[in-house]
Amino acid sequence: MSETAEKVKKIVVEHLGVDEAKVTEDASFIDDLGADSLDTVELVMAFEEAFGVEIPDDAAEKITTVKDAIAYIESQKG
Amino acid sequence: MFPNGAAPRRVVVTGMGIASPLGLGVEHVWKRLLAGESGISAIQAFDVTELPAKIAGQVPAGTKATGGLDLNEWIPVKDQKKMDRFIQLALVAAAEAVEDSGWLPEEEEDRAATGVMIGSGIGGLTTIYDASQLVASGRARRLSPFFIPSALINLASGHVSIRYGFKGPNHSVVTACATGVHALGDAARLIAFGDAEVMVAGGAEAAVCELGMAGFCASRALSTAFNDTPEAASRPWSEDRDGFVMGEGAGVCVLEEYEHAKNRGAKIYAEVIGYGMSGDAHHITAPPEDGSGAFRSMRAALRSAGVAPEQVQYVNAHGTSTFADDVELGAVERLWGDAASGLAMSSTKSAIGHLLGAAGAVEGIFSILAIRDQVAPPTLNLDRPSRETPIDRVAKVAQERKIKVALSNSFGFGGTNASIVFRAVP
Repeated sequence: MSETAEKVKKIVVEHLGVDEAKVTEDASFIDDLGADSLDTVELVMAFEEAFGVEIPDDAAEKITTVKDAIAYIESQKG
Repeated sequence: MFPNGAAPRRVVVTGMGIASPLGLGVEHVWKRLLAGESGISAIQAFDVTELPAKIAGQVPAGTKATGGLDLNEWIPVKDQKKMDRFIQLALVAAAEAVEDSGWLPEEEEDRAATGVMIGSGIGGLTTIYDASQLVASGRARRLSPFFIPSALINLASGHVSIRYGFKGPNHSVVTACATGVHALGDAARLIAFGDAEVMVAGGAEAAVCELGMAGFCASRALSTAFNDTPEAASRPWSEDRDGFVMGEGAGVCVLEEYEHAKNRGAKIYAEVIGYGMSGDAHHITAPPEDGSGAFRSMRAALRSAGVAPEQVQYVNAHGTSTFADDVELGAVERLWGDAASGLAMSSTKSAIGHLLGAAGAVEGIFSILAIRDQVAPPTLNLDRPSRETPIDRVAKVAQERKIKVALSNSFGFGGTNASIVFRAVP
Protein backbone atom coordinates (compact mmCIF):
# COMPACT_ATOMS: atom_id res chain seq x y z
CA MET A 1 0.00 0.00 0.00
CA SER A 2 1.31 3.44 -0.92
CA GLU A 3 2.08 5.97 1.77
CA THR A 4 -0.80 8.12 0.52
CA ALA A 5 -3.24 5.23 0.74
CA GLU A 6 -2.19 4.45 4.27
CA LYS A 7 -2.58 8.05 5.38
CA VAL A 8 -5.95 8.41 3.68
CA LYS A 9 -7.26 5.29 5.39
CA LYS A 10 -6.01 6.48 8.75
CA ILE A 11 -7.85 9.81 8.31
CA VAL A 12 -11.04 8.02 7.31
CA VAL A 13 -10.87 5.74 10.34
CA GLU A 14 -10.34 8.69 12.68
CA HIS A 15 -13.01 10.97 11.24
CA LEU A 16 -15.76 8.48 10.65
CA GLY A 17 -15.04 6.34 13.69
CA VAL A 18 -15.17 3.12 11.66
CA ASP A 19 -13.30 -0.14 11.94
CA GLU A 20 -10.06 -0.14 9.92
CA ALA A 21 -11.00 -3.41 8.19
CA LYS A 22 -14.05 -1.74 6.65
CA VAL A 23 -11.97 0.95 4.98
CA THR A 24 -11.20 -0.89 1.77
CA GLU A 25 -10.23 1.02 -1.39
CA ASP A 26 -13.67 0.40 -2.89
CA ALA A 27 -15.55 1.53 0.20
CA SER A 28 -17.96 4.41 -0.37
CA PHE A 29 -17.93 7.03 2.39
CA ILE A 30 -21.71 7.39 2.40
CA ASP A 31 -22.94 3.93 1.37
CA ASP A 32 -20.42 1.77 3.22
CA LEU A 33 -18.90 3.86 5.99
CA GLY A 34 -21.97 5.64 7.39
CA ALA A 35 -20.95 9.19 6.49
CA ASP A 36 -23.45 11.94 5.75
CA SER A 37 -22.87 14.88 3.42
CA LEU A 38 -21.38 17.05 6.19
CA ASP A 39 -19.01 14.23 7.15
CA THR A 40 -17.69 14.09 3.59
CA VAL A 41 -17.13 17.86 3.55
CA GLU A 42 -15.10 17.54 6.72
CA LEU A 43 -13.23 14.54 5.38
CA VAL A 44 -12.14 16.42 2.26
CA MET A 45 -10.95 19.28 4.48
CA ALA A 46 -8.92 16.81 6.50
CA PHE A 47 -7.30 15.49 3.31
CA GLU A 48 -6.46 19.04 2.25
CA GLU A 49 -4.87 19.75 5.59
CA ALA A 50 -2.94 16.47 5.82
CA PHE A 51 -1.57 16.50 2.28
CA GLY A 52 -1.22 20.24 1.75
CA VAL A 53 -3.36 20.14 -1.36
CA GLU A 54 -6.40 22.12 -2.40
CA ILE A 55 -9.48 20.20 -3.47
CA PRO A 56 -11.99 22.47 -5.24
CA ASP A 57 -15.70 21.80 -4.67
CA ASP A 58 -16.31 20.31 -8.12
CA ALA A 59 -13.46 17.83 -7.61
CA ALA A 60 -14.58 17.10 -4.03
CA GLU A 61 -18.04 16.12 -5.25
CA LYS A 62 -16.49 13.34 -7.30
CA ILE A 63 -14.55 11.89 -4.40
CA THR A 64 -17.00 9.33 -3.05
CA THR A 65 -14.77 6.35 -2.28
CA VAL A 66 -11.44 5.76 -0.58
CA LYS A 67 -9.95 4.96 -3.96
CA ASP A 68 -11.19 8.29 -5.41
CA ALA A 69 -9.50 10.18 -2.61
CA ILE A 70 -6.17 8.39 -3.03
CA ALA A 71 -6.22 8.88 -6.80
CA TYR A 72 -7.00 12.57 -6.57
CA ILE A 73 -4.36 13.29 -3.96
CA GLU A 74 -1.68 11.37 -5.87
CA SER A 75 -2.56 13.24 -9.07
CA GLN A 76 -2.10 16.56 -7.28
CA LYS A 77 1.16 15.62 -5.64
CA GLY A 78 2.39 14.40 -9.04
CA MET B 1 -57.03 26.64 22.60
CA PHE B 2 -57.87 23.46 24.49
CA PRO B 3 -58.95 20.59 22.25
CA ASN B 4 -62.74 20.00 22.51
CA GLY B 5 -62.98 22.58 25.28
CA ALA B 6 -61.27 20.16 27.68
CA ALA B 7 -59.61 21.26 30.90
CA PRO B 8 -55.81 21.38 31.26
CA ARG B 9 -54.31 17.96 31.96
CA ARG B 10 -52.16 17.09 34.97
CA VAL B 11 -48.40 16.82 34.46
CA VAL B 12 -45.97 14.78 36.55
CA VAL B 13 -42.22 14.24 36.65
CA THR B 14 -41.18 10.65 35.90
CA GLY B 15 -37.46 10.93 35.14
CA MET B 16 -34.55 13.18 36.09
CA GLY B 17 -30.91 13.63 35.06
CA ILE B 18 -28.12 15.94 36.18
CA ALA B 19 -24.61 16.85 35.05
CA SER B 20 -23.21 19.40 37.48
CA PRO B 21 -20.11 20.65 39.28
CA LEU B 22 -20.97 18.13 42.01
CA GLY B 23 -20.75 15.36 39.44
CA LEU B 24 -23.05 13.25 37.32
CA GLY B 25 -26.18 11.45 38.39
CA VAL B 26 -29.13 12.73 40.41
CA GLU B 27 -28.55 10.60 43.51
CA HIS B 28 -24.80 11.19 43.60
CA VAL B 29 -25.19 14.96 43.24
CA TRP B 30 -28.05 15.16 45.77
CA LYS B 31 -26.08 13.22 48.36
CA ARG B 32 -23.11 15.55 48.02
CA LEU B 33 -25.37 18.61 48.09
CA LEU B 34 -27.04 17.51 51.32
CA ALA B 35 -23.61 16.78 52.83
CA GLY B 36 -22.67 20.43 52.30
CA GLU B 37 -19.99 19.76 49.71
CA SER B 38 -18.93 22.39 47.19
CA GLY B 39 -18.36 21.91 43.47
CA ILE B 40 -16.48 25.18 42.98
CA SER B 41 -12.79 25.01 42.08
CA ALA B 42 -9.94 26.83 40.35
CA ILE B 43 -10.11 26.93 36.55
CA GLN B 44 -7.30 24.93 35.00
CA ALA B 45 -8.64 24.26 31.54
CA PHE B 46 -7.38 27.61 30.22
CA ASP B 47 -5.20 30.54 31.19
CA VAL B 48 -6.96 32.85 33.66
CA THR B 49 -4.05 35.25 34.26
CA GLU B 50 -5.89 38.14 32.64
CA LEU B 51 -9.22 37.39 34.28
CA PRO B 52 -10.24 38.87 37.65
CA ALA B 53 -12.40 35.78 38.31
CA LYS B 54 -10.37 32.56 38.30
CA ILE B 55 -12.81 29.98 39.66
CA ALA B 56 -15.92 28.17 38.48
CA GLY B 57 -18.20 25.22 38.99
CA GLN B 58 -16.94 22.68 36.49
CA VAL B 59 -18.31 19.23 35.72
CA PRO B 60 -15.59 16.94 37.11
CA ALA B 61 -13.84 14.41 34.90
CA GLY B 62 -14.15 10.79 35.92
CA THR B 63 -16.27 7.81 35.01
CA LYS B 64 -19.88 6.75 35.43
CA ALA B 65 -18.74 4.63 38.33
CA THR B 66 -17.19 7.60 40.15
CA GLY B 67 -19.88 10.12 39.24
CA GLY B 68 -17.59 12.00 36.85
CA LEU B 69 -17.66 12.67 33.13
CA ASP B 70 -15.93 10.56 30.51
CA LEU B 71 -17.60 11.64 27.27
CA ASN B 72 -16.63 8.38 25.56
CA GLU B 73 -19.03 6.57 27.87
CA TRP B 74 -21.92 8.68 26.57
CA ILE B 75 -21.30 9.87 23.00
CA PRO B 76 -19.49 8.13 20.10
CA VAL B 77 -16.11 9.78 19.53
CA LYS B 78 -16.90 10.73 15.94
CA ASP B 79 -20.05 12.57 17.08
CA GLN B 80 -18.39 14.51 19.91
CA LYS B 81 -16.77 16.99 17.51
CA LYS B 82 -20.16 17.75 15.98
CA MET B 83 -21.51 19.30 19.16
CA ASP B 84 -20.45 21.96 21.60
CA ARG B 85 -20.00 20.96 25.23
CA PHE B 86 -23.43 22.34 26.19
CA ILE B 87 -25.02 19.81 23.84
CA GLN B 88 -22.82 17.03 25.19
CA LEU B 89 -23.90 17.85 28.74
CA ALA B 90 -27.54 17.98 27.63
CA LEU B 91 -27.20 14.50 26.11
CA VAL B 92 -25.65 13.16 29.31
CA ALA B 93 -28.44 14.54 31.53
CA ALA B 94 -31.12 13.51 29.03
CA ALA B 95 -29.77 9.95 28.89
CA GLU B 96 -30.04 9.65 32.66
CA ALA B 97 -33.53 11.17 32.73
CA VAL B 98 -34.89 9.03 29.90
CA GLU B 99 -33.44 5.80 31.34
CA ASP B 100 -34.78 6.77 34.75
CA SER B 101 -38.29 7.28 33.36
CA GLY B 102 -38.24 3.95 31.54
CA TRP B 103 -39.93 5.69 28.58
CA LEU B 104 -38.10 4.40 25.51
CA PRO B 105 -40.97 4.01 23.04
CA GLU B 106 -40.65 1.89 19.91
CA GLU B 107 -44.13 2.57 18.50
CA GLU B 108 -44.41 5.39 16.00
CA GLU B 109 -47.47 6.86 17.74
CA ASP B 110 -45.72 6.96 21.11
CA ARG B 111 -42.64 8.57 19.60
CA ALA B 112 -44.78 11.21 17.93
CA ALA B 113 -46.35 11.98 21.31
CA THR B 114 -42.94 12.58 22.91
CA GLY B 115 -41.25 15.95 22.49
CA VAL B 116 -38.09 17.70 23.62
CA MET B 117 -37.55 21.20 25.01
CA ILE B 118 -34.00 21.75 26.24
CA GLY B 119 -32.76 25.32 26.29
CA SER B 120 -29.54 27.16 26.94
CA GLY B 121 -28.71 30.70 27.96
CA ILE B 122 -25.75 31.16 25.64
CA GLY B 123 -25.23 28.03 23.56
CA GLY B 124 -21.98 27.01 21.89
CA LEU B 125 -19.71 29.78 23.07
CA THR B 126 -16.46 27.78 22.95
CA THR B 127 -17.30 26.62 19.45
CA ILE B 128 -18.02 30.20 18.34
CA TYR B 129 -14.79 31.44 19.93
CA ASP B 130 -12.64 28.81 18.22
CA ALA B 131 -14.33 29.32 14.86
CA SER B 132 -13.91 33.11 15.10
CA GLN B 133 -10.19 32.72 15.63
CA LEU B 134 -9.90 30.51 12.58
CA VAL B 135 -11.79 33.00 10.41
CA ALA B 136 -9.88 35.97 11.85
CA SER B 137 -6.60 34.29 10.97
CA GLY B 138 -7.65 34.14 7.31
CA ARG B 139 -8.54 30.46 7.35
CA ALA B 140 -12.29 30.67 6.75
CA ARG B 141 -12.11 27.78 4.31
CA ARG B 142 -10.91 25.52 7.11
CA LEU B 143 -14.06 26.06 9.14
CA SER B 144 -15.76 22.79 10.05
CA PRO B 145 -19.10 22.03 8.39
CA PHE B 146 -20.26 21.21 11.92
CA PHE B 147 -19.61 24.71 13.25
CA ILE B 148 -23.18 26.03 12.95
CA PRO B 149 -25.02 22.89 14.12
CA SER B 150 -22.55 22.63 16.98
CA ALA B 151 -23.25 26.14 18.23
CA LEU B 152 -27.02 26.45 17.74
CA ILE B 153 -28.99 26.33 20.99
CA ASN B 154 -31.89 24.22 19.74
CA LEU B 155 -29.49 21.48 18.62
CA ALA B 156 -29.53 20.14 22.19
CA SER B 157 -33.20 19.30 21.66
CA GLY B 158 -32.37 18.16 18.15
CA HIS B 159 -29.68 15.70 19.24
CA VAL B 160 -31.85 14.24 22.01
CA SER B 161 -34.73 13.73 19.58
CA ILE B 162 -32.45 12.06 17.04
CA ARG B 163 -30.91 9.75 19.61
CA TYR B 164 -34.26 8.50 20.98
CA GLY B 165 -36.57 8.97 18.00
CA PHE B 166 -38.78 11.46 19.84
CA LYS B 167 -40.89 12.98 17.08
CA GLY B 168 -43.21 15.26 19.07
CA PRO B 169 -42.77 19.03 19.54
CA ASN B 170 -39.09 19.97 19.25
CA HIS B 171 -38.50 23.31 20.88
CA SER B 172 -35.91 25.30 22.75
CA VAL B 173 -35.89 28.10 25.29
CA VAL B 174 -33.41 31.01 25.37
CA THR B 175 -34.09 33.30 28.31
CA ALA B 176 -30.66 33.68 29.89
CA CYS B 177 -30.66 32.46 33.51
CA ALA B 178 -34.42 31.83 33.51
CA THR B 179 -34.11 29.27 30.70
CA GLY B 180 -34.35 26.13 32.84
CA VAL B 181 -37.59 27.08 34.58
CA HIS B 182 -39.13 28.40 31.38
CA ALA B 183 -38.30 25.10 29.65
CA LEU B 184 -39.88 22.98 32.41
CA GLY B 185 -42.91 25.26 32.64
CA ASP B 186 -43.49 25.65 28.92
CA ALA B 187 -43.02 21.92 28.33
CA ALA B 188 -45.51 21.14 31.11
CA ARG B 189 -48.00 23.43 29.41
CA LEU B 190 -47.51 21.67 26.08
CA ILE B 191 -48.53 18.46 27.83
CA ALA B 192 -51.40 20.17 29.67
CA PHE B 193 -52.65 21.48 26.32
CA GLY B 194 -52.44 18.08 24.65
CA ASP B 195 -49.57 18.83 22.26
CA ALA B 196 -47.59 15.93 23.72
CA GLU B 197 -47.95 13.11 26.25
CA VAL B 198 -44.31 13.23 27.30
CA MET B 199 -41.73 16.04 27.14
CA VAL B 200 -38.01 15.74 27.82
CA ALA B 201 -37.29 19.22 29.17
CA GLY B 202 -34.55 21.22 30.83
CA GLY B 203 -31.49 23.36 30.27
CA ALA B 204 -27.79 23.02 29.50
CA GLU B 205 -24.87 25.41 29.72
CA ALA B 206 -21.13 25.30 29.10
CA ALA B 207 -19.90 28.87 29.23
CA VAL B 208 -16.93 28.28 31.51
CA CYS B 209 -14.54 29.29 28.73
CA GLU B 210 -12.32 32.29 28.03
CA LEU B 211 -15.03 34.27 26.27
CA GLY B 212 -17.75 33.42 28.78
CA MET B 213 -15.62 34.26 31.79
CA ALA B 214 -14.27 37.46 30.22
CA GLY B 215 -17.79 38.51 29.26
CA PHE B 216 -19.31 38.13 32.71
CA CYS B 217 -16.19 39.69 34.25
CA ALA B 218 -16.71 42.68 31.96
CA SER B 219 -20.27 43.07 33.18
CA ARG B 220 -18.92 42.98 36.75
CA ALA B 221 -21.16 40.06 37.62
CA LEU B 222 -18.65 37.52 38.95
CA SER B 223 -17.09 36.99 42.37
CA THR B 224 -13.41 37.99 42.39
CA ALA B 225 -12.55 38.16 46.10
CA PHE B 226 -12.42 34.43 46.79
CA ASN B 227 -10.08 33.08 44.10
CA ASP B 228 -7.92 31.45 46.77
CA THR B 229 -10.86 29.84 48.58
CA PRO B 230 -13.17 28.75 45.75
CA GLU B 231 -15.60 26.85 47.96
CA ALA B 232 -16.32 30.07 49.90
CA ALA B 233 -16.97 32.24 46.82
CA SER B 234 -20.65 31.52 46.24
CA ARG B 235 -22.24 32.96 49.39
CA PRO B 236 -25.85 33.98 48.80
CA TRP B 237 -27.26 36.54 51.29
CA SER B 238 -23.86 36.91 52.96
CA GLU B 239 -22.74 40.36 53.96
CA ASP B 240 -19.47 39.96 52.04
CA ARG B 241 -20.82 38.34 48.86
CA ASP B 242 -19.31 39.92 45.74
CA GLY B 243 -20.83 38.31 42.67
CA PHE B 244 -21.88 34.96 41.28
CA VAL B 245 -19.65 32.02 40.45
CA MET B 246 -19.94 30.66 36.91
CA GLY B 247 -21.05 27.09 36.64
CA GLU B 248 -21.66 24.59 33.86
CA GLY B 249 -23.91 21.59 33.58
CA ALA B 250 -27.32 20.36 32.55
CA GLY B 251 -30.58 19.33 34.16
CA VAL B 252 -33.25 17.38 32.32
CA CYS B 253 -36.67 16.12 33.46
CA VAL B 254 -39.06 13.73 31.80
CA LEU B 255 -42.49 15.37 32.16
CA GLU B 256 -45.52 13.24 31.52
CA GLU B 257 -49.29 13.45 31.45
CA TYR B 258 -50.55 12.01 34.74
CA GLU B 259 -52.80 9.24 33.37
CA HIS B 260 -50.16 8.28 30.81
CA ALA B 261 -47.62 7.85 33.61
CA LYS B 262 -50.06 5.95 35.82
CA ASN B 263 -51.18 3.62 33.04
CA ARG B 264 -47.66 2.46 32.34
CA GLY B 265 -46.84 2.14 36.03
CA ALA B 266 -44.15 4.81 35.95
CA LYS B 267 -42.46 6.01 39.11
CA ILE B 268 -43.81 9.51 39.83
CA TYR B 269 -41.53 11.97 41.63
CA ALA B 270 -43.83 14.97 41.83
CA GLU B 271 -46.51 16.93 40.03
CA VAL B 272 -45.92 20.26 38.29
CA ILE B 273 -48.84 22.26 39.68
CA GLY B 274 -47.91 25.86 39.00
CA TYR B 275 -45.94 28.06 36.66
CA GLY B 276 -45.65 31.84 36.56
CA MET B 277 -43.71 34.40 34.56
CA SER B 278 -43.09 38.13 34.53
CA GLY B 279 -40.91 40.80 32.98
CA ASP B 280 -39.20 43.59 34.92
CA ALA B 281 -39.31 46.20 32.12
CA HIS B 282 -36.57 47.91 34.08
CA HIS B 283 -32.89 47.27 33.24
CA ILE B 284 -30.85 44.91 31.06
CA THR B 285 -28.99 43.20 33.91
CA ALA B 286 -30.42 44.40 37.25
CA PRO B 287 -33.80 43.80 38.88
CA PRO B 288 -35.83 46.69 40.29
CA GLU B 289 -34.94 47.28 43.98
CA ASP B 290 -38.54 46.60 45.04
CA GLY B 291 -38.42 43.04 43.66
CA SER B 292 -41.74 43.55 41.91
CA GLY B 293 -40.78 41.31 38.98
CA ALA B 294 -39.90 38.40 41.26
CA PHE B 295 -43.04 39.06 43.31
CA ARG B 296 -45.35 38.93 40.30
CA SER B 297 -43.64 35.82 38.92
CA MET B 298 -44.08 33.91 42.18
CA ARG B 299 -47.63 35.21 42.67
CA ALA B 300 -48.58 34.05 39.17
CA ALA B 301 -47.07 30.62 39.84
CA LEU B 302 -48.99 30.20 43.10
CA ARG B 303 -52.22 31.37 41.44
CA SER B 304 -51.84 28.84 38.66
CA ALA B 305 -51.10 26.19 41.29
CA GLY B 306 -54.17 27.19 43.26
CA VAL B 307 -52.19 27.25 46.51
CA ALA B 308 -51.72 29.98 49.08
CA PRO B 309 -48.19 30.99 50.14
CA GLU B 310 -48.63 29.32 53.55
CA GLN B 311 -49.11 25.98 51.76
CA VAL B 312 -45.57 26.18 50.36
CA GLN B 313 -42.85 24.90 52.70
CA TYR B 314 -39.71 25.26 50.57
CA VAL B 315 -38.38 27.79 48.08
CA ASN B 316 -35.27 27.14 46.01
CA ALA B 317 -34.13 30.73 45.55
CA HIS B 318 -32.54 32.25 42.48
CA GLY B 319 -30.01 33.59 45.05
CA THR B 320 -26.92 34.10 42.89
CA SER B 321 -24.66 35.65 45.54
CA THR B 322 -25.13 39.20 44.26
CA PHE B 323 -26.88 42.33 45.58
CA ALA B 324 -30.09 40.94 44.05
CA ASP B 325 -30.30 38.21 46.74
CA ASP B 326 -31.93 40.65 49.14
CA VAL B 327 -34.27 41.92 46.41
CA GLU B 328 -35.62 38.38 45.97
CA LEU B 329 -35.73 37.89 49.73
CA GLY B 330 -37.86 41.03 50.11
CA ALA B 331 -40.26 39.82 47.44
CA VAL B 332 -40.66 36.45 49.16
CA GLU B 333 -41.22 38.14 52.54
CA ARG B 334 -43.95 40.37 51.10
CA LEU B 335 -45.71 37.53 49.29
CA TRP B 336 -45.58 35.11 52.23
CA GLY B 337 -46.42 37.75 54.83
CA ASP B 338 -47.03 36.15 58.23
CA ALA B 339 -46.33 32.72 56.74
CA ALA B 340 -42.69 33.67 56.07
CA SER B 341 -41.60 32.35 59.46
CA GLY B 342 -42.70 28.84 58.49
CA LEU B 343 -40.80 28.86 55.21
CA ALA B 344 -37.43 27.35 54.35
CA MET B 345 -35.59 28.96 51.45
CA SER B 346 -32.10 28.03 50.34
CA SER B 347 -29.80 28.81 47.45
CA THR B 348 -28.13 25.69 46.11
CA LYS B 349 -25.99 27.94 43.90
CA SER B 350 -23.86 28.20 47.04
CA ALA B 351 -22.63 24.68 46.23
CA ILE B 352 -22.62 24.47 42.45
CA GLY B 353 -22.41 28.09 41.29
CA HIS B 354 -24.70 29.65 38.73
CA LEU B 355 -25.41 27.25 35.86
CA LEU B 356 -27.09 30.05 33.84
CA GLY B 357 -29.51 28.38 31.42
CA ALA B 358 -29.20 25.05 33.23
CA ALA B 359 -29.76 26.54 36.70
CA GLY B 360 -33.55 26.42 36.74
CA ALA B 361 -33.69 22.81 35.60
CA VAL B 362 -31.10 21.55 38.07
CA GLU B 363 -32.67 23.57 40.91
CA GLY B 364 -36.11 22.33 39.91
CA ILE B 365 -34.79 18.79 40.37
CA PHE B 366 -33.39 19.76 43.79
CA SER B 367 -36.84 21.12 44.72
CA ILE B 368 -38.47 17.85 43.68
CA LEU B 369 -35.93 15.86 45.71
CA ALA B 370 -36.59 18.13 48.71
CA ILE B 371 -40.23 16.99 48.51
CA ARG B 372 -39.30 13.35 47.98
CA ASP B 373 -36.86 13.17 50.89
CA GLN B 374 -38.47 15.79 53.17
CA VAL B 375 -35.24 17.72 53.49
CA ALA B 376 -34.18 21.25 52.57
CA PRO B 377 -30.68 21.44 51.04
CA PRO B 378 -28.35 23.97 52.66
CA THR B 379 -27.12 27.45 51.74
CA LEU B 380 -23.36 27.16 52.15
CA ASN B 381 -21.16 29.93 53.55
CA LEU B 382 -24.03 31.76 55.24
CA ASP B 383 -22.30 32.93 58.43
CA ARG B 384 -23.17 36.59 58.46
CA PRO B 385 -26.26 37.52 56.42
CA SER B 386 -26.47 41.08 55.14
CA ARG B 387 -29.84 41.30 56.84
CA GLU B 388 -32.10 39.24 59.05
CA THR B 389 -35.36 37.61 57.98
CA PRO B 390 -38.03 35.41 59.56
CA ILE B 391 -37.42 32.94 56.69
CA ASP B 392 -35.12 30.03 57.49
CA ARG B 393 -32.36 30.12 54.88
CA VAL B 394 -31.04 26.69 55.88
CA ALA B 395 -27.58 28.02 56.67
CA LYS B 396 -24.77 25.56 56.05
CA VAL B 397 -26.54 22.36 57.14
CA ALA B 398 -29.42 20.52 55.44
CA GLN B 399 -32.65 20.38 57.46
CA GLU B 400 -35.29 17.71 57.71
CA ARG B 401 -38.61 19.46 57.16
CA LYS B 402 -42.16 18.65 56.17
CA ILE B 403 -42.26 19.68 52.51
CA LYS B 404 -45.41 19.05 50.49
CA VAL B 405 -45.11 21.93 48.06
CA ALA B 406 -41.95 23.60 46.75
CA LEU B 407 -41.37 26.62 44.50
CA SER B 408 -38.23 27.31 42.46
CA ASN B 409 -37.24 30.72 41.09
CA SER B 410 -35.04 31.70 38.16
CA PHE B 411 -34.48 35.23 36.95
CA GLY B 412 -32.51 36.28 33.87
CA PHE B 413 -30.75 39.20 32.22
CA GLY B 414 -33.23 41.24 30.27
CA GLY B 415 -35.56 41.24 33.26
CA THR B 416 -37.15 37.86 32.65
CA ASN B 417 -38.54 35.97 35.66
CA ALA B 418 -39.99 32.49 36.04
CA SER B 419 -41.25 30.42 38.97
CA ILE B 420 -42.40 26.82 39.05
CA VAL B 421 -44.31 24.92 41.73
CA PHE B 422 -44.14 21.19 42.47
CA ARG B 423 -46.07 19.05 44.93
CA ALA B 424 -45.90 15.51 46.19
CA VAL B 425 -48.28 13.07 44.49
CA PRO B 426 -49.88 10.83 47.12
